[in-house]
Amino acid sequence: MFNSLSDRLNDTFDRLRGKGKLTEADITSAMRDIRMALLEADVNFKVVKDFVAKTKERCMTAEVMESLTPAQNVVKIVLDELTELLGSTESKLVLSSRIPNVIMLVGLQGSGKTTAAVKLAYLLKKQGRSPLLAACDVYRPAAADQLATLGGEIGVPVFRGDGKDAVEIARGSIREAVDNMRDVVIVDTAGRLQIDEQMMQEAVDIKRAVKPDQVLMVVDAMTGQDIVNVVSTFAERTDFDGVIISKLDGDARGGGALSVRQVTGKPIKFVSMGEKPDSLETFYPDRMAKRILGMGDVVGIIEQA
Amino acid sequence: MGFFDSLSRGLERSREALNQIFYFGGDVTEDFWEDLEDTLVMGDMGADIAMQVTDDLRDMAAKRNLTSARQLREALTDRLAETFVSSEFDPFDDTPSVVLFVGINGAGKTTTVGKIASAAAHEGKNVIIGSADTFRAAAIEQLDVWGKRAGVSVVKRDRGSDPASVCYDVLDEADKCGSELVLIDTAGRLHTSADLMRELAKVVNVTRKRAASAAAGPMPVRVVLVIDAATGQNGLNQALEFNEALGLDGIIMTKLDGTAKGGIAMAVASKLKLPIFRIGVGEQVEDLQRFDAHEFCRALVGNGDKE
Ligand SMILES: Nc1nc2c(ncn2[C@@H]2O[C@H](COP(=O)(O)OP(=O)(O)OP(=O)(O)O)[C@@H](O)[C@H]2O)c(=O)[nH]1
Ligand SMILES: Nc1nc2c(ncn2[C@@H]2O[C@H](COP(=O)(O)OP(=O)(O)OP(=O)(O)O)[C@@H](O)[C@H]2O)c(=O)[nH]1
Ligand SMILES: [Mg+2]
Ligand SMILES: [Mg+2]
Repeated sequence: MFNSLSDRLNDTFDRLRGKGKLTEADITSAMRDIRMALLEADVNFKVVKDFVAKTKERCMTAEVMESLTPAQNVVKIVLDELTELLGSTESKLVLSSRIPNVIMLVGLQGSGKTTAAVKLAYLLKKQGRSPLLAACDVYRPAAADQLATLGGEIGVPVFRGDGKDAVEIARGSIREAVDNMRDVVIVDTAGRLQIDEQMMQEAVDIKRAVKPDQVLMVVDAMTGQDIVNVVSTFAERTDFDGVIISKLDGDARGGGALSVRQVTGKPIKFVSMGEKPDSLETFYPDRMAKRILGMGDVVGIIEQA
Repeated sequence: MGFFDSLSRGLERSREALNQIFYFGGDVTEDFWEDLEDTLVMGDMGADIAMQVTDDLRDMAAKRNLTSARQLREALTDRLAETFVSSEFDPFDDTPSVVLFVGINGAGKTTTVGKIASAAAHEGKNVIIGSADTFRAAAIEQLDVWGKRAGVSVVKRDRGSDPASVCYDVLDEADKCGSELVLIDTAGRLHTSADLMRELAKVVNVTRKRAASAAAGPMPVRVVLVIDAATGQNGLNQALEFNEALGLDGIIMTKLDGTAKGGIAMAVASKLKLPIFRIGVGEQVEDLQRFDAHEFCRALVGNGDKE
């Protein structure tokens, strides 16, 4: 349904063809295309405004304005800028030498935390670690059953504790790990809204109790403009270390990733591409930038083939 | 961080002109129109609709000489509310009825089934639930908890069984129990997954066939799309694809208790003319409401209290 930015810019510049050198007005009209493309990708509108202003400056050079293929030049500039903003280098999971390491997951309801916990456990197990999953969601009906079932499928034990007090379960899971020689504990927590003060405090309390080496926030790739409010509060309260973007196996352009980066400065560590345990993948800023612009995940497709 | 430092401050600034005029009755300035458009975009209704609405309101203001805050606010609410369609029927009030809940992963389908079952049972309706999510880990256990809360029985099969057979089972059971409202939960799936969408189409077809020969006479089958209010522009793709594959009757929007405005519902309503049957406003059994277009549209533009 959405035209890619390059198609759109080509159309725009086609209309201007024959005028020879582009004028500032022409660039301004191209910037409108960029604005629309980014908004359709759910990039936050304020991020869009700043981005467009900055990109415009870079496009106002003779090199672009007098070139024979201005659309390609503009797209390249936009792509470069976006890639840089998304974090130029890929970022990995950082584990310390502490035993057990603790990874804690936080996020909104239904974002994909529980499945992400299982995916991380699967990944770590494949790397020769012995993870333990901690079921610290005591609110959602059958949340612990879900984790126990999925843990069972990948052969990773799940600590359920008394199933009542999330902070106590988290604490207990560390003791359990020490007693059973598990070297990484992955703490699954309940989904919570950033405006739910009581639930945000619970996340803070769990964090205090287990002192995680990494707190990761799981963000749904389909999230719209509100992502800014969500991640800024989670960053403030839980001071998370990185982000997992989930549900990227669909056709969401995932412009929210850019907002997360801009608002919190935290790196995106993984992207989740499905419901299965092996669907956690490394994040590549350049691919994400192309995706946001509707240029497809060309490299990803080539690599998968 | 440099040039994006202004981001959070910018968000605070953004509704200034809007508040100036809507809440303090200032003059309509160019800033006002810009802020209005930004606010609408920020509510996720999509840039093209936001521009259209702003232009329409601008024209209307000029033509009808609307200058006061109150007039403008009402005109805006009306203009936004116009987008929504109402339905001749309500799938939960107008029984007998079979309702299938569909949507992408984690949208709130199972929770919504639980809330609706509870509300309907409370009204004295004979309700039954079918658990056609045979895929997701502990989906059945989750729905069982909701069934208990509602005092409604849940028809299920083992995880991994054919979801269409569960629909068959639940309608058999409904015949036996004389149930007038049958609620069927389905597994979450992305609209881009062709296999899973085909599977769902089959589930819907089987349900339609079986419901046509219900013991007490044919029961209408409705398909309701559940959408998370925080969804951005992808929500439109979701609605288009689900509608194309299944023929949707309406929408339920969840998680409106957060700060997301749910403007995507507007885009969906305007493109697909689908009514909104209910909204979800929390995780508890009572957190379900009927949809009021005017109220919703007022919330979309903000209440000006604290922004
Ligand atoms: N297609 C797809 N589905 C996903 C992905 N990640 C998670 N899901 C699905 O999304 C739904 C919600 O995932 P959960 O892991 O239960 O989400 P959660 O954040 O733990 O949810 P709560 O505990 O209720 O807050 C499930 O149906 C998952 O199978 C993904 O990357 N792609
Ligand atoms: N705050 C809030 N949370 C909600 C609402 N509706 C559902 N949730 C939560 O969202 C999460 C996902 O809800 P589910 O009902 O499991 O969603 P689903 O669509 O059945 O998910 P899948 O079956 O995995 O596709 C759960 O944690 C629910 O408690 C709502 O209106 N407000
Ligand atoms: Mg969970
Ligand atoms: Mg469900």
